[in-house]
Amino acid sequence: MPGNVATGMSRRGVLRRTGLALAGVSAASQTARSGSASAAESDAPPSMLEQGAPVTDNPYGVPSVFEKAVVRIPGGKPPFPTAAHMLTPLQDMHGIITPNGLHYVRDHGGTPAIDPDRHRLLVHGMVDRPLSFGMDDLMRFPSVSRVHFLECSGNTPLYKSGKPEWSVQMTHGLLSCAEWTGVRLADVLAEAGLKPGATWMLAEGADAAAMTRSIPVAKALDDAILAYAQNGERLRPEQGYPLRLFLPGYEGNTSVKWLHRLKLGDQPFQTREETSKYSSLMPDGTARQFNFTMEVKSVITQPSPGHGPRGSGFCEITGLAWSGHGRIVRVEVSTDNGATWRDAVLQDPVLSKCLTRFRLPWTWDGGAAMLQSRATDETGAVQPTRDKLLAARGANYFYHYNAITTWRMAPAGEMTLAL
Amino acid sequence: MHSRIALLASIGAIALGSIGFGLAAAAEPPSPLGFGRPATPAEIAAADIDVRADGAGLPPGRGSVTDGAALFASSCSACHGEQGQKPVAGSPRLMGGLGTLATPKPVKTVGSYWPYATTLFDYIRRAMPFQAPGSLSDDQVYALTAYVLRLNGIVPDAAVLDAATLPKVRMPNRDGFVRNPNG
Repeated sequence: MPGNVATGMSRRGVLRRTGLALAGVSAASQTARSGSASAAESDAPPSMLEQGAPVTDNPYGVPSVFEKAVVRIPGGKPPFPTAAHMLTPLQDMHGIITPNGLHYVRDHGGTPAIDPDRHRLLVHGMVDRPLSFGMDDLMRFPSVSRVHFLECSGNTPLYKSGKPEWSVQMTHGLLSCAEWTGVRLADVLAEAGLKPGATWMLAEGADAAAMTRSIPVAKALDDAILAYAQNGERLRPEQGYPLRLFLPGYEGNTSVKWLHRLKLGDQPFQTREETSKYSSLMPDGTARQFNFTMEVKSVITQPSPGHGPRGSGFCEITGLAWSGHGRIVRVEVSTDNGATWRDAVLQDPVLSKCLTRFRLPWTWDGGAAMLQSRATDETGAVQPTRDKLLAARGANYFYHYNAITTWRMAPAGEMTLAL
Repeated sequence: MHSRIALLASIGAIALGSIGFGLAAAAEPPSPLGFGRPATPAEIAAADIDVRADGAGLPPGRGSVTDGAALFASSCSACHGEQGQKPVAGSPRLMGGLGTLATPKPVKTVGSYWPYATTLFDYIRRAMPFQAPGSLSDDQVYALTAYVLRLNGIVPDAAVLDAATLPKVRMPNRDGFVRNPNG
């Protein structure tokens, strides 16, 4: 209720409604706005009849009190709260940038609080000069800013099933997008000098999980960033403050947070995360590992379950498309379960390894509908149907689910997940 | 050494810039820049905790199945269950599952899924026990590694593991992993 919110009802509003207005307020100030002698019957918005909150109230601004429902949520109550995740409310996101407070989170050992003045990055192993960098050292390098999505490899856990009531936040919320600023990892590695034969790099975090992944050196030298900032401010603690690896297009866990060590070697290090955890079972029981790049994918964010149309008539269909292999070149939308498709409009900018916003004007006739989106990236890869994905990988694959998602719309407008 | 090279490089860049007139404005930064400082052998040794599949990085020390059993009961079973069989919600099962990987309900455990025994040492040392990571001695990590392998029937009761013997332990699913060609 707006009236119960601290800034939603003014002291004067209270006075007015209790019939005491004239006792405490000059008649002149009321008539000036309302143009009426009877201020109690004024049609002017209350916000125009008083001063708002002091400008200096919020040294660090926060969202409107009316936006309290727009928050991250866990997928369920996590048994171990420090080894858990929080999902971005994609249904309430506009454009392509995720606000820092709503960026999805996946921690394996909680969010540490690290003093940047004490944080160091060690670069060693197969290098000519093992080096230690403080944050001040790293911030002296030439900086680079790039807008990229980050997606958890476990996003969209629909290989086996899903619940009809799941919102797009539940199905796709381990996905966010930000402008990441930092230094090129290639520049930092050049300081240490790679020895011939250094083909893999172990990245280790300074968290309780000492999170570790092996990264191909080719990726490290291509477009990897040592990021210290996110959407214009220093990283949030849950995004790896003060330093994280950022690997554009790769599954989220490889962008190791709280990065404190890089070790170069001539083979992958076969850590627990890349053997027993972030690997995928094929139908024959063998496992695929080092499944780095997030494949072409899209989803309709509005209308979507819990956020259906407000009535028949015009209803813009909008959503997000992305690919770890490059730019999105096409998004098609179907309202009849894939029988017919129409090209959606791609909102500029369309960037590589970045969320792309798409839109399609649609007139809902008030009947049943099945909404789908299908993305194509610049390599020509087309987002598969669920049947095709399951035929290729089986149902035990678990990670990297990128099939077309179907939202079922009932004649009353209620929407559910139809897989 | 490193900073001296950088200093020389900087001097060189300044000299070139003054000779080349307008070139300096668009010039690439010198490489290396000379930022950071040499890492000392001591700080590398302190941070260098990873253990590779071939055993590179395993520290001195040793541990027995017997010692591991006692330690597991006091430090691990609260989450992983007695003998690693009935873990609490959210905690992985550590034993069993052989033969399930190609079924509709695969049970991925150390015994059925993990390709390398060395990874067990690496992970226990870096991240376990969950409430006190980094608190175990290397001998204790060897002992717990031995015990979990024993639970899965991979080493005998009398096993004592160290840097020489652990890399030789062959896991049941050693050949079960394929690198994704499309990575």
